[in-house]
Amino acid sequence: MLFNHWPKWLILIALGMIILLPVVVGLGEAMRAAFGILPALGRHSLSIDAWQQLLQLPGLISSLRLTLFSGFAATIIALLLAVFGSSWVYNKSSKRSFLGSLKPLAQPIIVPILAAPHAAIAIGLAFLIAPSGWIARWFSPWLTAWNLPPDWATVQDLWGLSLTLGLVIKELPFLWLICLVALKQIDVTKQISLAQSMGYSHSAAWRKVIVPQLYPLIRLPVMVVLVYALSTVDMAQILGPNNPPTLALVTMRLYNDANVNMLLPASAAAISLALLMVMSILLWEVCVRGLMLINNVSIRSGGRISKWTLLTATLTTALPMSIMLGLLSLLVLAIWSITWRWSFPEAWPTSWSYGYWLALLTEWPLALKHSLMTALISSGLALTLAVIWLEVQDRFGGHFYRATLWLIYLPLLVPQIAFLYGLKVSFLRLGLNGSIGTVIWAHLLFVFPYVMLSLVDSWRALDQRYLSVASSLGPSSWTCFWRIKLSLLLRPLMIAWAIGMAVSISQYLPTLLIGAGRVESLTTEAVSLASGADRRLVGVYGLLQALVPLLAYSFALMLPRWVALKNMK
Amino acid sequence: MTTLLNYLRATQLSSIVLITSLGLLSPLTHANVTPDPTTKWQQTLDQGAGDTVYWHAWGGDVRTNDFITWVGEQTEILYDVKVQQVKLSSTSEAVTQVLAEKAAGQDTDGAVDMIWINGANFLAMKQQQLLHGPFVADLPNAKYLDLSPNSPATVDFTEAVAGLEVPWRLARFVFIVDSKRVTKAPLSMVQMLTWAKANPGRLTHPVVSNFMGTTFLKQALIELTPDASLLQQPATEQSFITATAPLWRWYDAIKPHLWRAGKNFPENESIQQQMLSDGVIDIAMAFDPAAAAAGIASGLLPTSARILVPSQGSLGNVSFVAIPYNASHKAAAKLVANFLLQPETQAHMQNINVLGSFSVLDSTQFNNTQALAFADLPKSEALPTLTDLGPTLLEPHASWSVKLKQQWSQRYSQ
Repeated sequence: MLFNHWPKWLILIALGMIILLPVVVGLGEAMRAAFGILPALGRHSLSIDAWQQLLQLPGLISSLRLTLFSGFAATIIALLLAVFGSSWVYNKSSKRSFLGSLKPLAQPIIVPILAAPHAAIAIGLAFLIAPSGWIARWFSPWLTAWNLPPDWATVQDLWGLSLTLGLVIKELPFLWLICLVALKQIDVTKQISLAQSMGYSHSAAWRKVIVPQLYPLIRLPVMVVLVYALSTVDMAQILGPNNPPTLALVTMRLYNDANVNMLLPASAAAISLALLMVMSILLWEVCVRGLMLINNVSIRSGGRISKWTLLTATLTTALPMSIMLGLLSLLVLAIWSITWRWSFPEAWPTSWSYGYWLALLTEWPLALKHSLMTALISSGLALTLAVIWLEVQDRFGGHFYRATLWLIYLPLLVPQIAFLYGLKVSFLRLGLNGSIGTVIWAHLLFVFPYVMLSLVDSWRALDQRYLSVASSLGPSSWTCFWRIKLSLLLRPLMIAWAIGMAVSISQYLPTLLIGAGRVESLTTEAVSLASGADRRLVGVYGLLQALVPLLAYSFALMLPRWVALKNMK
Repeated sequence: MTTLLNYLRATQLSSIVLITSLGLLSPLTHANVTPDPTTKWQQTLDQGAGDTVYWHAWGGDVRTNDFITWVGEQTEILYDVKVQQVKLSSTSEAVTQVLAEKAAGQDTDGAVDMIWINGANFLAMKQQQLLHGPFVADLPNAKYLDLSPNSPATVDFTEAVAGLEVPWRLARFVFIVDSKRVTKAPLSMVQMLTWAKANPGRLTHPVVSNFMGTTFLKQALIELTPDASLLQQPATEQSFITATAPLWRWYDAIKPHLWRAGKNFPENESIQQQMLSDGVIDIAMAFDPAAAAAGIASGLLPTSARILVPSQGSLGNVSFVAIPYNASHKAAAKLVANFLLQPETQAHMQNINVLGSFSVLDSTQFNNTQALAFADLPKSEALPTLTDLGPTLLEPHASWSVKLKQQWSQRYSQ
């Protein structure tokens, strides 16, 4: 039994070595430091001082409240909007309206937001909604009578509402795309028209028939969004309050403290953050199960009309608003990138400059080269690994699929700061330092789960009968694999690859820590420049950072169409 | 020579002049030194040639980044040494890198060759024995430094430099105001309180976990504390309570009048300056007397931005470069450090069109050409002269910053 299944074990061990081991080793180092052992600082004995130091930090409860509120609120809202957006795409009756005519554009419109780095969206949004921001400038001073901006908390509010908004804007396109890909596996049109023929309204049919089938398919992506929202550093730094900030930022501040002894409480904070993720995921799952039970009761009641008109109306407004704010954030960054000066309350820049774009011509080739190399290689490797892993499971049975799934996603479910520092030390011990190869490996940890995440459900949902029919016609199993399976899955494969590219391009901490600062990338440049708060530069780098994934997404969306056209001829 | 310098500076070609002038100067410089160090220095020159120095430096300021690029171009011609800036968003990233290498037992071939450092980060590296040296005295250009005991180049936040780091630019705590909006600027912390009451929501400071936020508190502490000399000693429980009592009374009074009622703060000085530019606040802070002029020159601040120095003087310190104990290219890093101390380099750096940072050198050691290079630098309305800046207040012992940060968080973070 064990012998027969050797390819399965082989790939499992390989994945364990590549993906699992670094996280475990990194977490182990953090755990040791959290309990007082850090030989480089001459600390050799077990103690819980670091935990006491952490617990004594003023404002820790506020940090926790802020983190949980913004993380959960953002995930719930983004998920609601994504599901609602998907139902709208499939809703035939709304086609006549103006919004309905935009339907074919929905996907291309969200791609720029999907491709843009989190920090770029955050900086653009902050400028948009601040009292001194673009929207205020449109109406000042002629309407508002403001010659100077008022002291209002529209960004960095103490409750984290602007942070939540930023997270929703950024995560919605990702979840929406994931939903649309997953829905390809459910025969939505047929099921909805069947339900409608039985008298269910479109929204009732959607909630009672489609959503219960959809959620299991998108469960993991939702978890990933939840974890991201709870542990983001860059968005929290720009949009969140900072006295006290979110837990992830507290951890980051401790790690960055000039007093190196703070590395001990920093490690304790990192471990707590990891624990918080585990508990949040459990809490989320319990809530979802509860909601599903309630929904089941409602399904059995047989009500045909959805009574949630208020929610529907809110979502109908919120969805285009969210996407519009995202696009405006990027637009305003683009404007900033060619600005020289732009003072309040001018609605447009007062003087322009292309200087930063020109200056970049001499500076960015190396950063661009590194970014492209790591992104292409890590996403290529990740896609290959994912295909091998899935194919091996298909051929040798996927009994332990569920058990291993969580292991693959471990790097996404543990906050990066929790294990990257420890991983760096471990890499150094092995003599792996600052080379682009190590950086690619570190990227792979995050790229591979995302690639799997976007691929696995489409792969599993592929109708096996195509393959049975094909193989009954005689070709070898390899030919079937190449000619039938991969070409049927071309679209999800390409989208998975593009997501992998985007994930790799946006990695900051892995590039900086594992690359020892020697592998400069678009993102490391952008983040270090962002600390200087020059919106024009952030605009240039943010757009450049978005451009690479944008090209990848466009390619991913175009290629299957092009192939299909070619095959038709 | 001077006219040529002026001409070429005007035509943005000053770097070429420097190359030629330094090319001529350096053999002379070496000849001046006693024979034994020359041989030693010759060894450094030989060892360093052909290497690339990975200089870890905060990367948030484009002008500094450009200056570092320029330094690399010059050292490549002079010493065959390239400079690659590793742009950090926080200096502690470099400290952590060296520490991680030490933890992994990598005592040679480290990734960091040189760090722009001072204050708490220097103290941490010195205490953990992560620095190479002493080496400052070995540099030929060290003769331009005033290395007498307790001179600014030998003390870093009250900690003895001990030859472990080379000064390269002066930092002074200053306020930046928009002169169009602020006509009667507060010149002391007491006046600041009156000003804040009259202009609610128009004043703030960076978060206290950021060094600029701590610096603001330290400046206020020095002005308000009964006996400022106490701050030069390590803080004890008792001395901290007595010395800081007036500070907290003052802060409690000013806090409700701060931007966002003192409940949220800009993340760092750059964000604060952006807020000044956006018109959100009227007073920003910087650790660089050239900040206003530089901000105007790069379009980040309105042309009406001006520097304001507290009438009693302000905190000052020196930016240094240090070499980690396990650096891969120590000799090459020393060559770069030596280049930074060249009077022509410092004059170029002090040019407001380049960096505008004041020189760390002792001007009494200059020859005529060197002195003229400084005298001929362009002026700017937004750039204060050394006399405008007034007296430099000494940085308190590092223990005060740590305690100030803790105490502030306990009082004002909910």
